[in-house]
Amino acid sequence: MKAHGTVHKYGDNVDTDVIIPARYLNSSDAKELASHCMMDIDPDFVNRAKVGDIMVANKNFGCGSSREHAPLAIKTAGISCVIAETFARIFYRNAINIGLPIIECEQAAKEIEAGDDVEIDFDTGIITDHTKGTKYQGQAFPEFMQKLINAGGLMNYINAKE
Amino acid sequence: MGMTMTQKILAAHAGLESVAAGQLIEADLDLVLANDITGPVAIHEVEKLNKKTVFDKSKIALVPDHFTPNKDIKSAEHCKCVREYAKEHGIENYFEVGKVGIEHALIPEKGLIVAGETCIGADSHTCTYGALGAFSTGVGSTDMGAGMITGKAWFKVPSAIKFVLTGKPKKWVSGKDVILHIIGKIGVDGALYKSMEFVGDGIANLSMDDRFTIANMAIEAGAKNGIFPVDDLTIAYMKEHSAKEYKVYEADEDAEYDDVITIDLSELEPTVAFPHLPENTKTVKESGDVKIDQVVIGSCTNGRISDLRVAAEILKDRQVADGVRTIIFPATQAIYLQAIEEGLIQTFIKAGEVVSTPTCGPCLGGHMGVLAAGERAVSTTNRNFVGRMGHIESEVYLASPAVAAASAVTGKISEPAELGL
Repeated sequence: MKAHGTVHKYGDNVDTDVIIPARYLNSSDAKELASHCMMDIDPDFVNRAKVGDIMVANKNFGCGSSREHAPLAIKTAGISCVIAETFARIFYRNAINIGLPIIECEQAAKEIEAGDDVEIDFDTGIITDHTKGTKYQGQAFPEFMQKLINAGGLMNYINAKE
Repeated sequence: MGMTMTQKILAAHAGLESVAAGQLIEADLDLVLANDITGPVAIHEVEKLNKKTVFDKSKIALVPDHFTPNKDIKSAEHCKCVREYAKEHGIENYFEVGKVGIEHALIPEKGLIVAGETCIGADSHTCTYGALGAFSTGVGSTDMGAGMITGKAWFKVPSAIKFVLTGKPKKWVSGKDVILHIIGKIGVDGALYKSMEFVGDGIANLSMDDRFTIANMAIEAGAKNGIFPVDDLTIAYMKEHSAKEYKVYEADEDAEYDDVITIDLSELEPTVAFPHLPENTKTVKESGDVKIDQVVIGSCTNGRISDLRVAAEILKDRQVADGVRTIIFPATQAIYLQAIEEGLIQTFIKAGEVVSTPTCGPCLGGHMGVLAAGERAVSTTNRNFVGRMGHIESEVYLASPAVAAASAVTGKISEPAELGL
């Protein structure tokens, strides 16, 4: 499985309140949530984002609230993968559970810039920045999480186990 | 190799003799929790499962506390979804408006969790119950939904940081100052993926309410959970609130920790976290002249009876400064009633403050006290992210109830000493 797209770049500690502000949590409709994604730190994101685009951020991405609406909004906005130095733990679980690919890679997170053309190979964990001509080795998921992802998320995994 | 307190609870619930940091396990759950924002998403996810019946009607809690009393039509629909699911599945711990309180104050008060148990909640501040010596952690809606049906959740066993608390805090220094100080020291990802295990003789000087506040904000340092040892105070609390049997786990003497940090509670000062991260801490003395528009006292972090008592002690026979709006929101109906009986509510109203029904509303900019552009609030809540309490150009300063109450009187960030207290 691969992801390939244009990068939207953010800094440290992108919290779930800016990914999807609580004032929109009176809805759980994915499309409606996606229409407000990132608006408090990047109001133009929803206009720029194209299907397949990639989000890159530094440390502790997705910190704060447990709202699953955050990865859901990002995924529904068209983002095919989030690369970060580190993810906050609840966001990490949520992303895997709903099938939003994420990958940790410190160097890639630091060097990749907004607008770069980036490709991720999930089987090998290799991140390629075609704009810069650089490659990075992202951290592969533990086997158990790969099973979850391959099953298509937690609910399918549970059904398959029965 | 020895295990931490958290690891021992997880091992027991996974049916294993021992576990080690990094190990992936599946653990039995004693409580599975959701609210009116995360619940509908979980209920929708559960539809994807072949099995529809819940694992145990007595071990699930559905607490519509965020946008209640219903703030608008969409919120009303969410609450209706949760209410109907609870009815259909016979969920024993569903709390309707009138009985509902802020979940992380309500759950311990109702005795739904005790020491040695495991809990997942689709709310990040589920880590609060670590104050009782339980393993509890926040998850998303899909994990919660899966837990509600299977009674289990997968965990990566965390490593831990040990915080050795010594000494006795000064008057007006509380659990909130302790946890803000710690987050200021280690950062908002200082305990990422880890447990924060609190030990030391200073714990005897912290009330249960202080401990709930400290464990509540473990997530603001990125932690998986925060946990306290069980002492006489914990046992007295559990006996008063719960008929459940508790089990005491202690860390092994040879347990390994990633780091050991000693905090002398007697040296701590009233502390404030400046916008826009809980790690941006300063003591009130270092804060300078920060004028404010609103004060909020309440929430799952600081809406308990001792928080209200401290605020009332400062506000007694004083007035809120001109131009400052002060909102008090007791965390549960029982706390609200206790505050009425003790005359605290009269003190607040006479001081020129408004008292709200229990709700998470103002903490997350939902309703009941949303900020406009350029406005500043001192709040006893837990997050001061961009736009957290309203407009993206508003600012939130996190503080204890004592600092919040003193600031309400002066109209700027202040500590009780500035009022001669």
